[in-house]
Amino acid sequence: MSRPTPLRDIHESLGATLTDFAGWLMPLRYGSESAEHRAVREAAGLFDLSHMGEIFVTGPQAGQALDYALVGHLSALAPGRARYTMITNPAGGVLDDLIVYRLADEEFMVVANASNYHSVALALTNRAKNFDAVVDDRSDQWALIAVQGPRSQEILSSLTDADLPSLKYYAGLPGTVAGVSALIARTGYTGEDGFELFVAGDDAEALWGELTKAGEPYGMIPAGLSCRDTLRLEAGMPLYGNELNESLTPFDAGLGRVVKFDKPGDFVGRAALEPLRDSAPRRRLVGLVARGRRIPRHGFPVVVGDQTVGEVTSGAPSPTLGKPIAMAYVDTEVSDGLAVDIRGSQEPMDLVELPFYRRNK
Amino acid sequence: MSNIPDDLSYTKEHEWVAGLDDGLTVTVGVTAFAAEALGDVVYVQLPEVGANVQAGDSVGEVESTKSVSEIYAPLGGEVVEVNQAVVDKPDLVNTDPYGEGWMFRVRVEGDHEDLLSAEEYTALTSGDS
Repeated sequence: MSRPTPLRDIHESLGATLTDFAGWLMPLRYGSESAEHRAVREAAGLFDLSHMGEIFVTGPQAGQALDYALVGHLSALAPGRARYTMITNPAGGVLDDLIVYRLADEEFMVVANASNYHSVALALTNRAKNFDAVVDDRSDQWALIAVQGPRSQEILSSLTDADLPSLKYYAGLPGTVAGVSALIARTGYTGEDGFELFVAGDDAEALWGELTKAGEPYGMIPAGLSCRDTLRLEAGMPLYGNELNESLTPFDAGLGRVVKFDKPGDFVGRAALEPLRDSAPRRRLVGLVARGRRIPRHGFPVVVGDQTVGEVTSGAPSPTLGKPIAMAYVDTEVSDGLAVDIRGSQEPMDLVELPFYRRNK
Repeated sequence: MSNIPDDLSYTKEHEWVAGLDDGLTVTVGVTAFAAEALGDVVYVQLPEVGANVQAGDSVGEVESTKSVSEIYAPLGGEVVEVNQAVVDKPDLVNTDPYGEGWMFRVRVEGDHEDLLSAEEYTALTSGDS
């Protein structure tokens, strides 16, 4: 049985198509997923992301514990700021990609993917053992509601006194939204400006209702996981389980920049990752744009002639480009004459650098 | 509940068949139930006109954002017409599955005893949902 979020009744009343995602019963779409995608690109979308995990690390050595447990340099993060980072196993394989918020000098919140947060919480607990820090998985108590899209700031401003214009991308501050205590973060996974609101599960329904009212005049509509996937794919953002997994290092994924070798002390994965620093991986993560209309999907082989040169990690019709797009790992030396084997027929693809879509700032 | 018109016949693969009682040529499409389950349809591939198909053959495919499904020939015979409009505008499958979203026409040869009535198809889809 999938677990519902605190917003299940609302999703049902909106006629959402619900689906199991990592053990959670989540809204896949409310109406047309392409319309939801366009609303986020042009106005705003409202997302229930309560399946994400929130793990708190607190104490005098919370920063040092995270420096040891993760590949990033979290003790250097200023309070109120956030970082994209990763947790790896000792061999350097990616266990999850994370956003870490420093809420105060001695308080961090680690946001992990729904499919991984139990194992991330366990790994953090083990890795923090020799530090004066406490790891507490509060995923069950928190809901996460996101407002994403170019009109997000206008919508949210009508419900909060928080100083949104000076809240930077990848920053978060505690505040009150529609009378509800929230951590207001300027983060997202759509390639648009937007906010993520971390609130107590009991407050989620009330907040969703107020946001819906405030967003309506701006064209905001509820948006499901289906459009979230096409939005992040257009923005070239990796999805754990597709572009990232335990057999790939951050360098394999082209995200070696998140590994901070210059931070003090050892960290889990350092010995394995250090030699990879300057070595070229065999394959790299690229974008593919289909010339035809059939969709390359996860796991399909990328070919040049009769040679397999890679594999698709994610693919979907792109509402913005009007063509099928995909991310794929391909051999570094190939760039021309690519095709994806779609159920036995070779569909020609153009290789492009990521992302497919970048918003005008 | 999805719309399931009384005057059509249906298959377990969520296709509809029109014109079965009138004689030789039937029209085939996918049901509203299938269209809703698929989500936004973005690609439709149809058989060639002139193709000879057997009941149960895979003759095309329908792709949506999240999935791909095969189109089966519900009856055997010759494909005499395909709907180019639905190839050019696949969202017709979502907006008008029983009308402009039709897929192809078959001149029927042989038997066709396995089709479902609207009532039987309704029972099938309520079991699914």
